[in-house]
Parts: sequence; C-alpha cells; structure tokens
Amino acid sequence: MGQSIWQSMEKKGYSRREFLQFCAAAATVAGLGKSGAAQVVSAFEKREKPAVVWMHFQECTCCSESFLRASHPIVLDVLLDVLSLNYTETLMAASGLQAEKSLNDTIQNNKGKYIVLVEGAVPTHDGGVYCMIGGKTAESILQTVAKDAAAVVAWGSCASNGCVQAAKPNPTGATPIHKLVDKPVINVPGCPPIADVMMGVVTHLLVLGQVPALDSLNRPKEFYGRRVHDTCYRRPNYDAGLFVESWDDENARRGYCLYKMGCKGPVTYNACSVVKWNEGTSYPIQSGHGCIGCSEEGFWDNGPFYQHLPSFPGFGVESTADTIGTIVGVTTLAGVAAHAVVTNVRKQRVIAEVHAEEQKES
Amino acid sequence: MPMSSSGEPIRDIFRSNGHGPTEYRRVYVWELPVRSYHWINATALVALCITGYLIGHPVHILYAPEAYQQYWFGWVRFIHFTSAWVYIMNFFARLYWGFVGNKYAKWRTFLPLKKSQRQEIVEVIKADVLQVKMHGPISTGHNSLAAFIYFLTFIVFLLQMITGCALYAPMSTSWLPHLFAWVVPLLGSDFRVRFWHHIFLWFFVCFVIVHIYLAFYHDYIEGRGTISSIVGGWKFERVKDAK
Repeated sequence: MGQSIWQSMEKKGYSRREFLQFCAAAATVAGLGKSGAAQVVSAFEKREKPAVVWMHFQECTCCSESFLRASHPIVLDVLLDVLSLNYTETLMAASGLQAEKSLNDTIQNNKGKYIVLVEGAVPTHDGGVYCMIGGKTAESILQTVAKDAAAVVAWGSCASNGCVQAAKPNPTGATPIHKLVDKPVINVPGCPPIADVMMGVVTHLLVLGQVPALDSLNRPKEFYGRRVHDTCYRRPNYDAGLFVESWDDENARRGYCLYKMGCKGPVTYNACSVVKWNEGTSYPIQSGHGCIGCSEEGFWDNGPFYQHLPSFPGFGVESTADTIGTIVGVTTLAGVAAHAVVTNVRKQRVIAEVHAEEQKES
Repeated sequence: MPMSSSGEPIRDIFRSNGHGPTEYRRVYVWELPVRSYHWINATALVALCITGYLIGHPVHILYAPEAYQQYWFGWVRFIHFTSAWVYIMNFFARLYWGFVGNKYAKWRTFLPLKKSQRQEIVEVIKADVLQVKMHGPISTGHNSLAAFIYFLTFIVFLLQMITGCALYAPMSTSWLPHLFAWVVPLLGSDFRVRFWHHIFLWFFVCFVIVHIYLAFYHDYIEGRGTISSIVGGWKFERVKDAK
C-alpha cells in the first residue's frame, strides 16, 4: 500500500521506457489519445495505486473470461499485477477466513479510496437467499462493499440491467446493482462486455481518478455513445435497401445487411463494430450473424433473436405489434363495411317512407 | 302527424329531402388554416404510415448488386423523418389556431367540459354507432364525440412524437428530439420504444379508416356538404336547427 503505479513497476524491474509505453497505451484505451499521455504519466507517478475488489454475484463469469482476453496485455497487467486486486472470488489464492479478512482489510484500510467492480446481478426475493457467500447475502455484501467505495462499476449486463437472471419470470428477483446502491454506478453492459472496453473504463478511473462521461443509462459515452448500427461496415447495404432475406442466400454471401434477419444493431449501444472482439478479429455481424442486442436492457425478453420487432406479449412468439396491428386494421375495415351496409338499409327505408308520404300528398 | 321509424315527423324528413321549402344557411366552418392543417396533416400522416411500415418491413427491391449504386432505403427514412418534422410543426400551428381561430376551431370544442357536449356524445353514440336513431341533433362543427376522439388522437400523436423523437435523438444534433431522450431510460431500451412506436402506427391506420368512413357517412346521411367542407370550408345548416 501507499505505492504509486510507477514505484511498483520500477520495483518489478520495468524500465522507464516501458513505463512510458504503458502510459501511452493506457491513455489510448481510456480514450484520451496521444495528447493525454502526459496526464497519465503524471497520474501513475504520483497517485497511490488504488485497491480494487471484484465481486461475483449471480453471473456466469463470462465478464472475467472476456477481461482476460484483452488485446493490450500491458494494460491487462494494470489489474492483475500493477493494481492491488485485493479480493476476487474466482482468481484469488486465499479462501475461507483469509479471503474474508482480505476483503474486510481492504475496506477498512482504504475507506473512500478503493474501487468496486461488480459482476452479476443481486437476488432480492426471499431475503436474498439465492446467492450467498460466506453465510451472507449478496445484497448485504454489496451494501457493505459499496458504502465506502470511491467508485462502483457494474460489469456486464447482469450487474447493469439484470440480463438472463432478471428475464421473465425472474424467480430470484435479480436486480441490477444501480437499483440497490445509493451512489452513482458506472454501467458497462454486454454479455459479456468487450475486454478492451472494460480495460478502457478501469484505466479511465485509474488515470483520471474520476468517473468517465456517462450517458442517460450511466454507460461510458466513449464506448456506448453510438449504436452498433452506426459504425457497422454493412451499414451502406442498409441505406441501399440490400438485405439478407434468408440464411445462406446469395445476399448473405454478398454480405448484405442483416436487419431483416432480426439484427438488433439499430437499437443496441455498444462499441462492437469499432473495437471488435478477440484482439480486433471480428464481431457477430462480421461473422454473418445479426446482433442480439446483448448490452441492452431486457434483451432476453425482447426476442426472438431472429425477428427485429419484439413479440407482442400474450399473443405467442410469432406475433409482433405489426401482426396484431394488421388484424385490428382488417377488423376495423370489416366493421366499417358492416356499418355501411346497415346505413344503406336504413337510408333506403327512409327514402321509401318519404316517397310513400309524397304519393299520399299528391 | 305520421312519424317515421327514426322518431322524427315524416314531414320534416320529407322537407329535408328537398321536396318542401326547407331553408338552409351556408356557414363558414373550417377556416383556411384549419383546412391547410387538415391536408398537410393527412399528407404527412399517410407518408409517415407508409414509410414507417416500410422501415419495419423493407420490401425486396434488389435492382443493384452493390450498395453504392442505390440509396432507396435511405430515401424512405429521409421521407419518414422529413414528414415527421412537417407533422410536428403543423401540429403546433394547429394548437396555436385552437386559441385564435373561430368557435369551431377553439380548443374547448375538443373537450366535453359542458353538459350539453356530454349529452351530445350520448346522442351521437345512439345515432352513429348503435343506429337506434336516424340522426341526433346535428352540430355544425365537430360533433362532441368526434371532437373528443380527435383530442385522444392528439394524445396518441404526442406519444408517437415523443417515442419517435427519442429514437431519432441519437442521430440528430437538433434540440427538439433531444428533449425526449429521457424516454429511452424510462422504457429501458430502444427495443421497447420502437415497440410502442409500432403499436401507435396501427392506431393511426385504424383512425384513418374510421375517419374517412365517418366523413362520408355524415355526408351520406345528412346531405349538407360534410365532404366538400374540408375543401371549401362551407357547411350548410337548416335554419330551424340553428340557434
């Protein structure tokens, strides 16, 4: 404790040049650009390296898995080596009492200074019994940990918006953490989030010691400011009206837009089409499959994945708002037609009555 | 005096069918701004419904193999957004006219605030919907039921504008759509906003069907220029009906 990142790197035998390279990489990842490198150097030289606790609640660890595949190993070092990752259920060597002690010590010794990274949703039904660690409910652990934290980051869709745990009927009452913690939470949604995006957010917190600019859903703007659709390389096909009509047709082979195959790119905010996955290799649309919108709230309940408009609740899987609308529209037409028939019958009767009256008078 | 099946004296109907001396008076009901509103609104609404449906269900027009050779879907969206702006601005103009226009255009006519308006709603339901009467007392402007349904339509229009602006905000630098960016967090995601935007489309489709039918129906039954009034502004009322 008490060391700056530079001091700890120096101790590990990194040269000044390597440190500067690392700072430049960190500046880029945090979205500061080249000109931000000096800011990073200064922060890493002076600021004490922050303690980090990484909590795991109702999740599948895909966020951790993703994080380990970050394409900037030097930045990966930030968390696993350079930072003080004091507690994380999946990776730590300690177990049992030692693990609990490590968590408590971190909280006690770094009040108001440590960073909390939360992976997974928190169950709230039945007193929170559906996720318990060391005899305590996830919710009580979260409250204890978040109380004195400098920043709270929600890793992935589970922690940000509930994801599959919160999908209907949500038996455990899974709740995203921003609804439980009464301080601002940085949401980094995705199932999982992109490794380099996670790196970027952590680096931003470290470098500037402040929360990055967030949008209305508390997602970092630098990564969630635009839709997958806006930066998709297939976008010109969308504007040209060139769509894949069925899987493996000629249009699919030509790489046309997957909109009609249910691609959720137009309603999904993420950096997939820019940052891409697995060291910038590809992303779902590039691999020929539509986006399923995994970083959006309720994406499990807004299915099916191969239909871009959600199903109409209560009308079965295949009924969209448009199917229901068409039925209602046709019913209206039929109603109007029936009304017209009745009106004509009545009008004829009146004309006949008047005609009879006329006959009588003349 | 013999009575007709509609409960009116046969002689009155007889006269109003043109066989006797019935006096009609020409009333200037729809002022020019109201008529302009109607037709701009109708044009924009039809354009919005058609392009909106196409955006949801792009038709299979594949006349060029490469994206750079055509832009038709882009144009469909362009027409949708442009019509939306026209529709919104036109609506604001109509709201203004609801305060300065003649008595048939006033905002009060759209809300059943008076007892007489509420009575008329019952009468119109009996005559037009249940068809137990040939026709009730005839209003020269909107009848109270129609006016109230227009008011509900305005509400749906506002909802459509709000959801539309919320979806449009990320691609716009204009302040107006950004006023409604809060709708996305409220409903959770763009998915849900888009879902509602689709539902409201179908409200408008049904509205157009019923509206056009009823306009013709009233002309057909009352025979005093309901259809031509939205072109020229004049309607006719029986002098005996006018108070």
